[in-house]
Amino acid sequence: MEILASLVTAFADLFSLFGLEVFVGGMLSGIMYSLVAIGFVLVYKSSGVFNFAQGTMLLFAALTFVSLTERQVNFWVAFAITCVVMVIIGLIIERTVMRPLANQDLLSLFMATVGVNYFLEGLAQGTWDSAVHGVELGIPTDPVFVSEVIPWLDILVSKFDGFAAAVALGMVVGLYLFFQYTRTGLSLRAVSDDHMASQAVGIPLAKIWAIVWAVTGIICFIAGLIWADRLSVSFTLTWAVLKGLPVILIGGLTSIPGCLVGGLIIGASEKIGEIFFADVFGGQGIEHWWAYLTALVFILIRPTGIFGERDIERI
Amino acid sequence: MYYRETGQIVRSYVKDRSMVPLREDRWIMAVFLAFMFLVVPFIGNDYWFSAILIPMMVLSIASLGLNIASGYTGQLSLGSAGFMSFGAFTAYNFLLRVEWMNIWLAFLAAGIVAGLMGIVFGLPSLRIKGFYLLVSTLCAQFFHEWLFNAYPWFLNYASSGVVHLPYFHYRFLPFQDQIFDMLGLAKEYNAYVWRYLITLIVTVLLALAAKNMVRSSTGRNWMAVRDMDIAAKVIGIPVGKTKLNAFFVSCFYCGVAGAMYSYCYIGNLDFMIYDLRRSFLVMFMIILGGLGSILGSFLGAIFVYGWPIFVTRFGDAVFGGGYLDTAFVENNSKIVVGTIIVVLLIYQPLGFAGLWNSVKHRLRIWPFRT
Repeated sequence: MEILASLVTAFADLFSLFGLEVFVGGMLSGIMYSLVAIGFVLVYKSSGVFNFAQGTMLLFAALTFVSLTERQVNFWVAFAITCVVMVIIGLIIERTVMRPLANQDLLSLFMATVGVNYFLEGLAQGTWDSAVHGVELGIPTDPVFVSEVIPWLDILVSKFDGFAAAVALGMVVGLYLFFQYTRTGLSLRAVSDDHMASQAVGIPLAKIWAIVWAVTGIICFIAGLIWADRLSVSFTLTWAVLKGLPVILIGGLTSIPGCLVGGLIIGASEKIGEIFFADVFGGQGIEHWWAYLTALVFILIRPTGIFGERDIERI
Repeated sequence: MYYRETGQIVRSYVKDRSMVPLREDRWIMAVFLAFMFLVVPFIGNDYWFSAILIPMMVLSIASLGLNIASGYTGQLSLGSAGFMSFGAFTAYNFLLRVEWMNIWLAFLAAGIVAGLMGIVFGLPSLRIKGFYLLVSTLCAQFFHEWLFNAYPWFLNYASSGVVHLPYFHYRFLPFQDQIFDMLGLAKEYNAYVWRYLITLIVTVLLALAAKNMVRSSTGRNWMAVRDMDIAAKVIGIPVGKTKLNAFFVSCFYCGVAGAMYSYCYIGNLDFMIYDLRRSFLVMFMIILGGLGSILGSFLGAIFVYGWPIFVTRFGDAVFGGGYLDTAFVENNSKIVVGTIIVVLLIYQPLGFAGLWNSVKHRLRIWPFRT
């Protein structure tokens, strides 16, 4: 009975201005997860590989950038160098790991990226160090009063989240157009559908994958920068990948706009769960598993996510 | 040069189905087990027990558990450390709160409770599959960390979040106090020798059980579901039931391994050690050792656990003590393990066990070539 009563009050609290603020703030913070998710989906969509090394690539990029700037390298030079490094890493992964494993089953490809993940983890911390670095990109972090624009909406929103949302939206729109309206995008979609069939119609698999991994490297870098500014650069950045996981599963593994939607859902549900429902379960800190529970509920209803393609199976 | 089945004629179907068909293999197994049971307890020292033998066996059981879910049934899982934690806490609470409990029953309870948790978190596998299932097991992983943190009852309200396990929890014989008095042994039930023997017995029993399960209809159902679940359904295998019993058995093993991890290996109870990294380590063990192989689970555990120790000791021997710092060893072993995973996946997808099998095959047909 007690639990029921607290559940009722939790729901009652939810429909207030504070609830709305939490909701909006949560959605915006969920955008951070979308940033990670985009790289994931890009690789999955174009090669069917579930790239577990995403988080470590993020860490590697951020760590490289930070270490360079700490050695008095100019911001833009460091930016360019890191971009080049990430493209090279992407190409190396493609050449040495993905290409020999082409046409293998998806489980081995996934396992291979887990291996790459471990390798990069060691390499990143072996090359640079495992200390915690602060990053200051100059993204404003002060809150904005929404009521100045919309008078009846008296809530606070962080400028930083707005910036992250803009970056994520830009990437999503860009990639969406690229996939839908360019010739390379079309080949990418074909490859994701069926490696062998697309090879048979003459799509150069190797070239396509090289493009994808290079782009993924850069996306990881951008996401890594924003995450680093939010958190600071340390090993915990690799956990970003675990936050991206429920996001892509909700959105569907093959949908780039799905990342955005999934991020919004996970972010909002996480914050709402933590603030309104943690007491019901008897302790703070439920947000770690709450996100997965949310994702689970969604994919139980739609097993391939909201925008994911349904597989047609046959024997 | 190498023994083979030539001349060992099988005259009955029962013999044909025997677990170890070759006479020489049976001898090797018998000698090995006799050595582990009868010789090692006398010649081993605490370093070998505590830092090498016990953890290797415990982790082998955990990776065996994961191998049943992932390698044999094809259900990806990143929650093995979570299920280990459920097992450890179950064992502790049973030993703490039930008067007549002994360590064997506690381990059994640990396995069963972890197995039931496995069924709960495995239920989504009835509807979702592939990578989507990672969410469910990750949920288990993070859920246990929250649960044991939020409810200190499970830790008997220990303020530090760590419980040291008392010696009297390690009751492994009936009338143990009297027997120890009679033999004049000190009542250090948690001495490493006893822990080693407990671990060894459990490991042998569970490995035998696993070997027999995978060559019975249970195991064949698992493998059918792994290879293609729709086809399995068509030929009349109850896919849902098979998946759930794979989850139960897998998590049973993980639970027992978790209980042994805290009771036999580290000697205290702490939910922080069952973190996601441990889940990953267990996963590396089965990838390296070989998916869908009992032997592989052991080889993988031995390699992944043993490699950093080897590097440290080797470095100490070559460069003098303390030359290699722990960060270097850790990063190095990450790079090496990562590289080996990728190389093995490309050239020998079945891991060390596959490597061993191909060597064996070559020797068997020697002097001819494959």
